[in-house]
Amino acid sequence: MGDYLIMNPLNFPILSTTIFIPLAGAIILLLMRNDTIVKGIAFTTGIINFLVSLLLLVYFDASTHLFQFGEFARWIPQYNINYILGIDGITIFLILLTTILAPMCVLCSWTAIENRVKEFMFCILVMESAMVGVFCALDLILFYIFWEAMLIPMYLLIAVWGGPNKDYASVKFFIYTLFGSVFLLVAIIAIYLVTGSFNIPNAMFRDYSFNFQFWVFLAFAIAFAIKVPMFPFHTWLPAAHTEAPTAGSVFLASVLLKMGTYGFLRFCLPITPQASIFFAPYMLVLSVIAIIYGGFVCLSQTDMKKLIAYSSVAHMGFATLGIFSLTLFGFQGALLQMLNHGVTTGALFLCVGIVYERTHSREIYDNAGLGKIMPIYVGFFGLFAISSFAFPGTNNFVGELYILIGTFINHKAAGFFAVVGAILAAAYMLKLLKQIIWGREDKRPIKDMNVREIAYLIPLAVFVLWMGLFPAPFVHTIEKTIIHLTSQLQVYFP
Amino acid sequence: MTILPELYMLFFSIVFLFLSVGKRKADLFTWAKVLSLVGLVITLVSINGRGNLFYGAYRVDLFSQIFKAVFAYGFVFVIFMLGRKNEIEEGYLAEYFMFLGFSTLGLMMLVSSVELISIAISLEISSYSLYVIVPLRKGQTKVQLEASMKYLFFGAISSGIMLYGMSYLYGMIQSTFLSKIIFVLPKFLDQPIGILAIILTLAGFFFKLSLFPFHFWAPDIYEGASNTTTTFIATVPKVAAAALLIRIVTMASSADPAFVTILIVLAALSMTFGNIVGLVQKDIKRLLGYSGIAHAGYLIMGILAMSRDGNAAAIYYMVVYLFMNLGVFYVVLLLAKSGENITLNDLSGLARRAPLLAFTLAVSAFSLAGIPPTGGFTGKLFLFTSAFKAGYLNIVIIGAVNTVISIFYYLNLVRMSYSKEAIVAEPINLSVHEKALCYVLIFLVLYLGIMPFGLTQLFRMAV
Repeated sequence: MGDYLIMNPLNFPILSTTIFIPLAGAIILLLMRNDTIVKGIAFTTGIINFLVSLLLLVYFDASTHLFQFGEFARWIPQYNINYILGIDGITIFLILLTTILAPMCVLCSWTAIENRVKEFMFCILVMESAMVGVFCALDLILFYIFWEAMLIPMYLLIAVWGGPNKDYASVKFFIYTLFGSVFLLVAIIAIYLVTGSFNIPNAMFRDYSFNFQFWVFLAFAIAFAIKVPMFPFHTWLPAAHTEAPTAGSVFLASVLLKMGTYGFLRFCLPITPQASIFFAPYMLVLSVIAIIYGGFVCLSQTDMKKLIAYSSVAHMGFATLGIFSLTLFGFQGALLQMLNHGVTTGALFLCVGIVYERTHSREIYDNAGLGKIMPIYVGFFGLFAISSFAFPGTNNFVGELYILIGTFINHKAAGFFAVVGAILAAAYMLKLLKQIIWGREDKRPIKDMNVREIAYLIPLAVFVLWMGLFPAPFVHTIEKTIIHLTSQLQVYFP
Repeated sequence: MTILPELYMLFFSIVFLFLSVGKRKADLFTWAKVLSLVGLVITLVSINGRGNLFYGAYRVDLFSQIFKAVFAYGFVFVIFMLGRKNEIEEGYLAEYFMFLGFSTLGLMMLVSSVELISIAISLEISSYSLYVIVPLRKGQTKVQLEASMKYLFFGAISSGIMLYGMSYLYGMIQSTFLSKIIFVLPKFLDQPIGILAIILTLAGFFFKLSLFPFHFWAPDIYEGASNTTTTFIATVPKVAAAALLIRIVTMASSADPAFVTILIVLAALSMTFGNIVGLVQKDIKRLLGYSGIAHAGYLIMGILAMSRDGNAAAIYYMVVYLFMNLGVFYVVLLLAKSGENITLNDLSGLARRAPLLAFTLAVSAFSLAGIPPTGGFTGKLFLFTSAFKAGYLNIVIIGAVNTVISIFYYLNLVRMSYSKEAIVAEPINLSVHEKALCYVLIFLVLYLGIMPFGLTQLFRMAV
């Protein structure tokens, strides 16, 4: 099976299982009639899948950069399209992030979604399948199918269960993303015609001409930049985030955005290394603009969800900054940042969802002054908020530190502006936090969080602190893959 | 009995000819369903038939048999879809079935014809039947009369142009056999008369395929004809026209640059025109008419590659095209209680009124737009790959851009049914067999998307 893939050490196809358990659960759902049973099944499916995916972590071999848990099957032999799965240091935590968020999304929608529960849970589970699939696929067509298949349930989540402006937001989301993807498809076909297969590892680090790399990079970059979203392709994000139901926002922020940066790491750097080096300065500029611009826009938001959405633009700017600093620290930082942003922003959206269920408003003023009314809530919210602006001791601090170190090695100016952006983040987050805790004096009849809500925030809170105080296990797991990537890239530096 | 499918279709039509004379109109539907199913079985059984008949003018091979099976599928689906008695005046029902049968017969003959005269005759058999059924719609209005007149005129003119082109071909080559023509024609292709002859000849098929600039009839006919008739016209004859184009290309050994350039231009214009005009359509059948024009353009991408891959991809795309269109049309048919045309606004709230219909519509529309994991994506992937492989990157990029343009109106179908609230909120009740048909169509579209390997292999053997 090629020298890039270590076959699965377990005696069952674990990656396929992780991909298809949610889909199977989704199909079972369709046969049910009772809403409570539907929620129960969706939650159980999510938990089972999370437990299965934990096995990945247990059996993961951190001493190799090769793809592990490999699976290979012929699929469309006429076009040399195969069903190849495998994960490495880049994807292992992204998969775990996906599988743990799915049951949380079910929990957070327990009471928030009242109509068409069955279809909602169906969409959530199908999304989970597709998202795990994107991270596991090692065949370009397989990847593309998962990548696009994700659009449909996400579109429906926004279009059916979204806020008042759902129509506009969902269509914009769909068309924007699709626009990027069709060029991705053309690039995929181009790679196929040159290499003779759709195999991703086979396509990495080959002697393509610079011209070829140039165009393929651009086609890839448009698709991924829209997904990240990088400035100036970010306009779909605030609309989609604001209108989506909480579960949709969480998936969007925590997993979908990561697919853009994952694409840069998995495709752009190894397949088009020379073009990546060529374009890196431009990408750095766009990243810095995203960080600063996102920060300033956040300062003027009055809508909690919008604020967090724009802060995502800034945070993902850090991730792309790390990637295109093209240094070891930068890559590691970007990967950690992806993970951290997934947890923190996901948690923040969950928090907004919790308070929205009580006040039915996303306006900061309507939700202000909760410090005395909802002490537990404010405790969690405070933790995630300070983690969001990379307070030392929380997870984001580690990621941003790595990224800044990586950036300062080669690009002092970009590093400087990024630090300014980090200060902006503190400014807008503290401003939000202050409003939420002390913003109003009046007593309102709002209940504090219940056990269900605490239950799904605790794992995230634990992660925030663990990663902040003791990131070594995480770094260790991803290290080999990143070191390998960096050393391969070294060859191409002028 | 290599021509059993054709003989059976003839038998089918004659049965209904007799039934149309008789007085019993009650169980016509049952008869039609049973007989068409038998026809499908017969066609599938005779898929391995081989032979050259009528002095080589009529060729029965895997290629033709596959397409006959596809027509039989389309025919069966159309007959089953006509389940609600709201489309055609009851008195004309037997004739309607008869003409549908005749049209399918003509198309079946068309894919086996490898000689100009038999091609012309088969095409006319199919077309004349369609000319008759276009005006057959409950409640005569000017719109459908206009539609049928237009169809007749455009059809006659394009037949005329085709025959004119054929006369040139015969004049140059002194043979009406395709094998001979393909062999000799390359010598004439550097002269204007060669290109002119082949383009004029192909015009007849471009007309059926509604390729730009032979598309003018399509939106009006789609709008004017009854929903079932449109379903048939939009699917089966197009597949047949595509089949003959592919047949001609498979016989040609090499691609002439001038000819390919013309095809590229036609394909690009067809896609772009169809999709852009499709954006502003309100009537769903009209919208599908423009979508059909765009899809004719996509199809040409496979044909102009002039390779085995390309031809197999084109066949695959036509099969997918058949089923995804049937999916959308079926939703239209079921929504139209009294056979009226359905507009975008009628779709609003569909997801609440009939979740299954909304889902069928969504799957088919996403497939038309080419979103995985549906058949439309897989078909488009094959088309893009083969055109790219043959070196025509420009048309691939135009195709990709067109995919984005088209998503606006396909997504609109889904958007209306999922995120708009219903004006009339009464639920739509579906009978068991209507539900089953929906499931079958959804299954087929997804199956073609996820498991294309078997059919791809078969189609490669055929071309």
